[in-house]
Amino acid sequence: MISVKNVSKWYGSFRVLTDCSTEVTKGEVVVVCGPSGSGKSTLIKCVNGLESFQQGEITVDGISVGDPDTDLPKLRSKIGMVFQNFELFPHMTVTRNLTLAQVKVLGRGLEEATQKGVKLLERVGLAAHKDKYPGQLSGGQQQRVAIARALAMDPIAMLFDEPTSALDPEMINEVLDVMVGLAREGMTMMVVTHEMGFARKVAHRVVFMDRGEIVEDARKEDFFGSPRSGRAQQFLSKILHH
Amino acid sequence: MLAAGLQWTLIVAALAWIAAFVLGSVIGVARTTDRAWLVRLGNGYVELFRNIPLIVQFFVWFFVVPGVIPPVKRWVVSVDPLTFQLVTSVVCLGLFTAARLAEQVRAGIQSLARGQRDAGYALGLSQVQTYRYVLLPMAYRIIIPPLTSELMNLIKNTAVAYSIGLTELFFRTREMGEMTFRYFEAFGAATVIYAAIAFASNRLMALLERRVAVPGYIGAHK
Amino acid sequence: MIADLDFSIVGRTLPYLTGGLQYTVQITVVAAIGGTVFGTLLAMARLSALKPLALAAAGYVNLMRSIPLLLVIFWFYFLVPVILQSLTGAERPPQIGAERSAYITFIMFEAAYFCEIMRAGIQSIPKGQAGAASALGLTYWRSMQLVILPQAFRNMLPVLLTQTIILFQDVSLVSLLNVTDFVGAATKVAQRDSRVVEMYLFVAVVYLALCWALSSGVRRLQTKIAIIR
Repeated sequence: MISVKNVSKWYGSFRVLTDCSTEVTKGEVVVVCGPSGSGKSTLIKCVNGLESFQQGEITVDGISVGDPDTDLPKLRSKIGMVFQNFELFPHMTVTRNLTLAQVKVLGRGLEEATQKGVKLLERVGLAAHKDKYPGQLSGGQQQRVAIARALAMDPIAMLFDEPTSALDPEMINEVLDVMVGLAREGMTMMVVTHEMGFARKVAHRVVFMDRGEIVEDARKEDFFGSPRSGRAQQFLSKILHH
Repeated sequence: MLAAGLQWTLIVAALAWIAAFVLGSVIGVARTTDRAWLVRLGNGYVELFRNIPLIVQFFVWFFVVPGVIPPVKRWVVSVDPLTFQLVTSVVCLGLFTAARLAEQVRAGIQSLARGQRDAGYALGLSQVQTYRYVLLPMAYRIIIPPLTSELMNLIKNTAVAYSIGLTELFFRTREMGEMTFRYFEAFGAATVIYAAIAFASNRLMALLERRVAVPGYIGAHK
Repeated sequence: MIADLDFSIVGRTLPYLTGGLQYTVQITVVAAIGGTVFGTLLAMARLSALKPLALAAAGYVNLMRSIPLLLVIFWFYFLVPVILQSLTGAERPPQIGAERSAYITFIMFEAAYFCEIMRAGIQSIPKGQAGAASALGLTYWRSMQLVILPQAFRNMLPVLLTQTIILFQDVSLVSLLNVTDFVGAATKVAQRDSRVVEMYLFVAVVYLALCWALSSGVRRLQTKIAIIR
């Protein structure tokens, strides 16, 4: 589904990504982790073209992301993305947040879009808030709405960029529960996160990045059992204290 | 008599504001795109209209443009002086204020977190759609305070149209003073009127700000 | 038509035009300095605990900022002689030409704008600074003079300079009172020699070049200051 081949990105003399390659097959859940500054957010943003890259190739469902002829908006409408800072549109109600792209990008009727939106809100447990504004919701609630917003587009894959890093601890679980549910339904997911508990539960593979390179790319059992690289071991030992 | 002048002041200000708002928005947006030539063009426009005094701009539109562009001169000669003064004032003040508004719009859009733009694109919205539905609605709310002061500046700047003979409020004030020799009364009245207009526009914009406020946010921050 | 333009008039009257520009610069410098001093005092008045003083200062600033500069110029043109008359007890108001009343006008007008700038600057200094100063035994005036104001001034320097560039352009309005500033000089030449198009084009270009250079300089200063902090 998602194929990243030898991707490199640099700013002048500063290399952000160096020769990164990985795959996410349909239905697979891949967790990307690593210390800050390792380039993991940049990598995931390259997958839907929010960040450009100078070298390499990325294809999603057979469509090349870096190709100038690709219809990027159309491709992006098929890939859902959830951001660290939720990024709900503050001047719109929750419902409108969910229906805007359905109507304007997918061309669905407003009735149909609203119904779909409300159903998804029920699924993430927030149907009662459909007419509220994002500013009136807590962080955890906003992030769940953000996930619903992405799902409303019926994506073939979902990208998560540190979805729980900006949340207070007591709200992390409500968001992770939604994500676990998604994974169990067979959604193709690429998740940048520090939440190793989540990785242990539903990830199929774990990719470890450091300083712009993919250092390790292993099945979950292998990664947590006996990681091969020293840097990965260091990282794990530091964060597995919770 | 002052009332007639006030009427022209308000008409010129209203027309110039509409023109300036539209043009300023376009240029402001252009300066936030990633097309270098658009940004440069927008910046050039702002620099041009910000670095020449308003009265000099009035003179350029009133004297220089008809002087070097024959079709304009022909038009000028064919209409009555008031129309010429009116059009010149609206064009001059409109373009001048547009440069200042472009600056505000640009700052407003750029103050929004990059994430909002990313979120719009990630949903598959095109650049135009992202600006229209995501960025501009919030940017305009953010810049209501500086927009208010630009509106007040525009109203004050209509007085400079006095230099090309437009019979707006300041012109009438001076005329009244010269005719009646009651300068203090004339200028006093004008002062009160201008202050009142300033106060009224301030209140109007504050009302607008309250009406479009996004629940849960003060300005644009939680 | 463009071909008929004769710019030699500029060369022939250059000394006269330069004299006008000199006047503009003089007013700008005097008003910038005077306005900053008076504006700083106004800012302190606005921030003071004495309610009447704060209200009076606020009223003055808001009034100056609500009415057109042209109106302010005319007010001072009439008021300055009258005030001087009552101060000196003379029989008739002294004949102060518009050239000289303009100095007072612009100091008083710009003070309102510099006041707001300095007020923002003073308020941006962390409260701890004033606390530390008074803990060291400095009086209000001394701590203002030695601790708060120098920092506020340095922080707001780019904004103050930008306002000065605006002031430089605003001076051109005195030409409507027949004063020989840069625009006034150009207008007089234009009317006398019927070279309106050439003169105003020249003036526009000179202002554009000067102000653009000055504001670029301020921008560079801003980046330098940002680095130092």
